[in-house]
Parts: sequence; structure tokens; C-alpha cells
Amino acid sequence: MRFFLESKRHILLALVIYAALRLLFSLGIVSEYIEQVVIYVFIVILAATGLNVIYGYTGQFSLGHAAFYGIGAYTSAYLAKTSGLESIFFFPATILAGGLMAALVAYVIGIPILRLRDDFLGIATLGFGILVRVFFDNSDRISEVLGGSRGFTGIVKLTNLETAFFVTVFLLLVTRNLITSRYGLFWRCIKEDETASASIGINTARMKLMAFVYGCFLAGVAGALYAHLYTFLHPSNFDFLRSIDFLIIVILGGMGNIAGTIYAGFIWVGFIEGLRIALPGNILDLRWVFIPLLLIALMMWRPYGLMTKKKG
Amino acid sequence: MTAVLEVDRLTKSFGGIQAVDGISFKVPPGETLGIIGPNGAGKTTVFNLITRFYTPDSGDIRFMGRSVTHLAPHRLARLGIGRTFQNLRLFRELTVAENITSAYLSGNRYSPFAGIFRTDRHSVVEKKAWQKAYTLMDFLGLAGKGDAPAGSLPYGEQRRLELARALAIEPKLLLIDEPGAGMNPREIRDLVETLRDVKKRFNLTIIMIEHQMGLVMNISDHILVMDFGEKIMQGTPAEVRRDARVIEAYLGEEGPA
Repeated sequence: MRFFLESKRHILLALVIYAALRLLFSLGIVSEYIEQVVIYVFIVILAATGLNVIYGYTGQFSLGHAAFYGIGAYTSAYLAKTSGLESIFFFPATILAGGLMAALVAYVIGIPILRLRDDFLGIATLGFGILVRVFFDNSDRISEVLGGSRGFTGIVKLTNLETAFFVTVFLLLVTRNLITSRYGLFWRCIKEDETASASIGINTARMKLMAFVYGCFLAGVAGALYAHLYTFLHPSNFDFLRSIDFLIIVILGGMGNIAGTIYAGFIWVGFIEGLRIALPGNILDLRWVFIPLLLIALMMWRPYGLMTKKKG
Repeated sequence: MTAVLEVDRLTKSFGGIQAVDGISFKVPPGETLGIIGPNGAGKTTVFNLITRFYTPDSGDIRFMGRSVTHLAPHRLARLGIGRTFQNLRLFRELTVAENITSAYLSGNRYSPFAGIFRTDRHSVVEKKAWQKAYTLMDFLGLAGKGDAPAGSLPYGEQRRLELARALAIEPKLLLIDEPGAGMNPREIRDLVETLRDVKKRFNLTIIMIEHQMGLVMNISDHILVMDFGEKIMQGTPAEVRRDARVIEAYLGEEGPA
């Protein structure tokens, strides 16, 4: 199929990276903890790429991305657990369900709130994120399985290197093709000038909604992979700070730059987890001093991200 | 013959200011209508009402015989009303070619699925879009600049790119807002030539707002003069030049220039 032929360089590169990681994991060179972190990096990259579509490419400022990540995680875990389809065989279906649920919710709330611009949209998505967090906190009233503020426990572990890696690579290629198609072009037009976009016949409301729904779909899929990696979900995993994490990765990698998001995902997760290993236990909390300092430094020297030197 | 555009008693006020006060006019196919008037006369507001960036308070707009007053801006563009802006509104970070292909692609579709999986439909439409972009770039003197960011072009070329972008939607009616703004006399002469060529080649009807009398008198079949949101008069360039009300609106009552 042309999709695979056109991407053969990327696919080849991905296979090499996969083989290297598989080897590293199988030989037992790295600890299980490191393995989990590496898998987590791919999940974070996928979710951040979703935000990059929404914010980096289309210019829609969202502070609620983690809510969709959470919706995907809870949906997929709930489905797997209640239907008893807790096997790797049905895993693709539950992942897809997580993504679709996030997309559906994005569609329903996107219609009213995407009329807002810039910081107003930021506040609306922030509000939505808090709403979802409160919903998760009280979810045990709907179904005991969801666990509410005690957390959702006993999810079967299905996410491994293969699922996380290949789902992410496939969806990154899909995203790349969308970005280089007429849809990605319209998203970039809208980011630059909505009025001019409408004047050349672009249905701006529809294209903005499409970017939002697609970006949230990616977050939902990432959430589903996350749920079945850590096997435990807590509402605090999906709060405002997690949304900020994704935002940092998008800005760090450069707005509207997929390769940048990939590097930034590695750097960001590597940095946070690296500090956890590097710092002695008694000053571990100093991480939350170093991280903001890093961000301040970044904004001063590289305000357009690590990858781009100037505005681009 | 049906008029390409028919504006009927259009009004628009902002707060207490009557920006457009019951204006009516018709533009027959193939005509170039120039709109002139002092600053604040409501010329650009008329454009923004026709393209529906503003909602009219009352009145009707018909395009090719069909009422389009209630349609959204992007629908009007797809029907064939193209426009340029008084202050350039290019996609500055996009390349010159992308500025043009985006306009063509808005009316020439393929599905997201076709885009993702690169079907034949995708290849055919994309190829046509790029051909269109290169044809328009050649035609408007932008050849070889396809990969440059639009914002990096000199001012005169940005104006021409905006025209190329508007032409890429294959319009029947083109609204041009002050194409001569900020141009020197030599550039104005080139612009007159370009607009003549464009009109002939694309079989267009044009409405143009312009302050440069040399340009607007030269190119328009008819001229509509506005002041305080109203139509003062409409006539041929020769008639307008002689009209006492026009001289008054432009120069005050002290006398002719």
C-alpha cells in the first residue's frame, strides 16, 4: 500500500529503533523500571502529538488535554474489565474505544467552546479539565469498578513495548500524512489568519473541530495504552499539571513540529525520571524546583522550542 | 442578463454610527466597478457585508440571481466571490506556493482517508493544486518564489500574491480592496496592466475600492461614489469627474483643484 511505501524510510528507522530496544529489554541490560519508562515515553509522545495538532498546528490553546487522555484511559480500562475481554487479542478494540470516546467527548464540547479564541479557549478547556477530574474523583458513584478518589485498580497489564511502539509509530505516520494533506494546510492557515482562511473558502469552524477531535483521539489512545501499562489509574494522573506536561513538550519541541515533539517527549520524561534516579531520596522533591528553573531558562533562550532557533 | 452582484438597500450601523446607509447597486457580468469616497465613507464595510464578515442590519445581496445574504463567508468564497484585503492578510509563515494551493484545495476536495492513505484521488487533486499555483505564480511575476515564506516577500509581491491566492479559488466576482495602497506610480502602472490581464484571462467581474484616481479612473467601467455610508452617485469615469457632488465630497466646498 502506498501509505507504507511512501513512509518506508521512517518505517525502516522505526524498525531499527524497535530492534535495538527489544534487544536491550530481552538481554535484561536495563531494569524493568527503565523499560516501563521507555514505553511510557512513547505514550507521552503520542498524547503530546495530539496537542501539537490542536495547538501547534491549528493554534487552539488547550489547557485540558490530560482530560481526554484520562477519558481514554478510564474508558479502555473499564471496557476491558467489565466485559471480561482482558486479553491481548481484544486489546486493539479497547484502545480504539478509548480513542473514540475521547474523540466523541471532544466533538460534543468542541462545538460550543471552539468559538472562543486564545486565552478564552485556554480557560474553557482548563475548566473542562477540572470538571473531568471531579468526575473521576466521584466516579465510584456511577460504577464501583471505577474506584473514584481511591483510584481504579486491578487493570490487566497488556501494554508492552510492541503495542506502545507500533501504535505510536503508526499514528505518527497517519498524523504526518494528515498534516501534509489539505487538512493540515487548512489548520496552518487558520492558525495564521482565520478571516483570510474563510475568504478563500475554508470552513474554519469545521476544520478547527476536526483538529480538536483528532488531537483528542490521539490523547485517548495514549490514555488507553497508559491504563494497561501502569494497571492503576488515579484522578490525579489526569489533572491540570498533566495537561501542562503535554503543553511543555509541545513548546519544547517547537510548535507545529512532529519530530520536535518526539525529541522533547524523550527529553522531558527522561529529565523528570532521570532526576528521580540521580537525586538522593531526601531531596527528591527538589525536582519541582529544578523543573521550573529549566522552563524559565528555556523561555529566555529558546522561546520557540529546542528545535527551532527563531519563530517558525 | 442577470447581474453578477445585486446589492439592495443594504444597511449596517456600529453603535450609533451608520456605516452603510441603504446602499443599492448592480454589477453586470464582465464589468469593473470602482468604489471611491473619502476615508470612513463605508467602502470597506460594503465589502465586508458582501463577503459576510459583517452581518447586514437589513437589505439583500444577490449573487448570480440567488440571495446569499445569509451564507457564511466560506460558502460565499466557494460560490465564487474572491477578495483581497486592504491591509494584507497573507499566511505569512506558509510558503508562497502553499498560500495559493490552500485556496485551490478548499474547493477541490479529497477525504481525510484519501489524505492519510495517499490514494489516487489525493495525488490527482494535489497535482492540480500545485499546477495551479505555478501557473498563477508565473502569471503574477512570482515565478521561482514558490518555496519562500510569504512574509519574506517585498510589499509589492505580497500584494500580487494576495491576488494570486484570491484567483486560486476560481472566482467569478473579485473584490479588490485598495490594490494600489503604498505603491509608487510605476508600480501602479504595472498593477493596471496586471489587473487588465487578470480580468481578461479569468473572465472576471471586478469591484475595486481605490484611492488612487489614476488607477481607478483608468480601469473602471463605472464608478460608484460613497460618502457617509451613502451612494452619492454612480456613472462612468468621465461623468464622475465632472460631478459637482463628487468634487465637494473630496475637496470640500472651497473649489475645484
